[in-house]
Amino acid sequence: MPAGAMLEVRDLRIHFQTDDGLVKSVDGVSFTLERGRTLGIVGESGSGKSVTSLGIMGLNTGKNVRISGEILLDGEELVGAPAARIRELRGNKMAMIFQDPLSSLHPYFTVGDQIIEAYRLHNNVTKQVARKHAIEMLNRVGIPQAAVRVDDYPHQFSGGMRQRAMIAMALSCDPELLIADEPTTALDVTVQAQILDLISSLQEEFGSAVIIITHDLGVVAELSDDILVMYAGRVAEYGTADDIFSRPGHPYTWGLLGSMPRLDRERIERLIPIPGTPPSLIRVPSGCPFHPRCAYTELTGGRCDTEVPLLREVASLGHKAACHLTAEDRTRLWSELSEGVLPEEAHTPDEQDFAPGTGEQTSSSGADA
Amino acid sequence: MMIFFIIRRLIMTVFLLLLVSMITFAIFFLVPRLAGQTSYQLAAQYVGRNPVPSEIKQMEVKLGLDSPLYLQYGRYIKGIVLGVHYSDGTNVSYCPFPCFGYSFRNQQPVWPQLMSDAPVTVSLAIGAAVLWLIGGVAIGVLSALRKGTFFDRLSMGVALAGVSLPVFFTALLSLTLFSYKWALFPNVHYVGITSNPLQWARNLVLPWITLAFLYAALYARITRAGMLETMGEDYIRTARAKGLPERRVILKHGLRATLTPIVTIFGMDLGLLLGGAILTETAFSMPGLGQFTILAIQNQDLPEIMGVVMLASFFIVIANMIVDILYTVIDPRVRI
Repeated sequence: MPAGAMLEVRDLRIHFQTDDGLVKSVDGVSFTLERGRTLGIVGESGSGKSVTSLGIMGLNTGKNVRISGEILLDGEELVGAPAARIRELRGNKMAMIFQDPLSSLHPYFTVGDQIIEAYRLHNNVTKQVARKHAIEMLNRVGIPQAAVRVDDYPHQFSGGMRQRAMIAMALSCDPELLIADEPTTALDVTVQAQILDLISSLQEEFGSAVIIITHDLGVVAELSDDILVMYAGRVAEYGTADDIFSRPGHPYTWGLLGSMPRLDRERIERLIPIPGTPPSLIRVPSGCPFHPRCAYTELTGGRCDTEVPLLREVASLGHKAACHLTAEDRTRLWSELSEGVLPEEAHTPDEQDFAPGTGEQTSSSGADA
Repeated sequence: MMIFFIIRRLIMTVFLLLLVSMITFAIFFLVPRLAGQTSYQLAAQYVGRNPVPSEIKQMEVKLGLDSPLYLQYGRYIKGIVLGVHYSDGTNVSYCPFPCFGYSFRNQQPVWPQLMSDAPVTVSLAIGAAVLWLIGGVAIGVLSALRKGTFFDRLSMGVALAGVSLPVFFTALLSLTLFSYKWALFPNVHYVGITSNPLQWARNLVLPWITLAFLYAALYARITRAGMLETMGEDYIRTARAKGLPERRVILKHGLRATLTPIVTIFGMDLGLLLGGAILTETAFSMPGLGQFTILAIQNQDLPEIMGVVMLASFFIVIANMIVDILYTVIDPRVRI
């Protein structure tokens, strides 16, 4: 990878020791993010995407966390760095916005005070200067009458305005890396697009690197340059947005795309859910973690449930997938799928192949808790 | 508008106090009458031992005990608000406002007696309140942050003991240890704050600690539970994500949210306590409202009981009102 990447994550593992066993929330994730680019991390609930982002921010605290691997922020190693140093970077060089802006803002402090606090923490300025800056930030994220609304409490803001305020707070110290964890999930559909537009226009203005975490492929399609598809704490597929949407190389990605409503394509068929539920992160299935839900395991001669697939380059440079399928099979299956052949027609998996649990069919685009 | 809210709240407070007085009056004057007590018998209680029938009759007329009950109640309320004139035909005596009637025991007006005992209870309650609020909250916060450690287990164990042990036990224990065995605070008795502030404080140390121990234990447990809940909130994660040092995350963002419900409980506890800390006062022989209450009940002194009940309910209702008003300030989400 070229030197000078804003963020480089290598073989990141975040494990939690619990009473029930070791939870491998993130198990060997690597990616690179350049300045001014946007990475989308996609996956179902419990795929480890949020834990990855909290890990970068150093917010996975507690005695039971084991973190290994490398996180290089502008060349600086964060794994094992002193807590005080990470705190200095947090909110300053890297900032984060969260899913639910109402519960993420403190109910007893005004929006202005919360932004002022963030700004003054990393900049040695007077309260008046910080207040001016807070108003300016609120203005920039499109809060009307910012000079008045700065003294409002979060409950006096609408949902979209709260998320705008969160963004204003996160950007107040001009971070070089912005992580947005499901920034639009808790918002009205009409507001979602506005917030996404805001994030991308601010990114152009500030030139920061952005990570968008979401289960909504529509969001990533709109914003991302690169996409990382996560499954059971591991990378299933990694490539440019074009790679992922035009030439996806992993059956899980196919499933995600198949379960996403699309307006740019004429489809009469129903959306296809991915059968089964995400696996337990304590007892991750042997071999490929996706194999109990995969429709194509028979094509690999039994390797799927015994051998962990490596993340290998497929088709184009930098586009990687962790799947045992051969390049020919992959190309053939995807072209069949994109022409509308259902996986059930190609091959019907047995009921017991499904993940442990109810065997109930759940859509992969279900709400992330 | 804040001012309208306060006025509304004040009117409600007055209404509540009237209701309390009505119920208390009914219990002490209506119920015995329904059970067959005559106004003559009632009057006999006001006259002392070995009364002459003419004296009793005179008292009956003077206090108006022979008039209908609603008139008597009206007179009682009028006495509290304005003061009242008592006339037995020849002599007219005036009981100045606020008049809670005359005690059976010594034929003296009740109010001045209440006022002479109230400072004892107020000194005791407020001193203990400061101690338990600071102590309880501090221990609760530390326990929450060190959840599962030796400190947490120890302080929660002590807190459990504090909640469970009755005051008369802890009071006697502290007296035995610190007043007799090691005479740090010998001969505990109440000294007025105006006559000697130093002695006042010195004599109150043991009662304060004893009373505070009970409440601090309760508050430590509430604070710990609240703190554990708050520290898991999303806005605490946001505070950390800003890069705030952990100490400020806890003391500013965490404690701010935890304290809000504690203020409510604190107001009500203090209000209740101001009406008399019966056990603590008795154990330390402090002549406060609690002691007054016990004596009044032992002597079946109706006017005294009425008076202390009215004063205690006044404290509780006012404390509640203050908490409500305070809440609009400390919780911006409360609309008025």
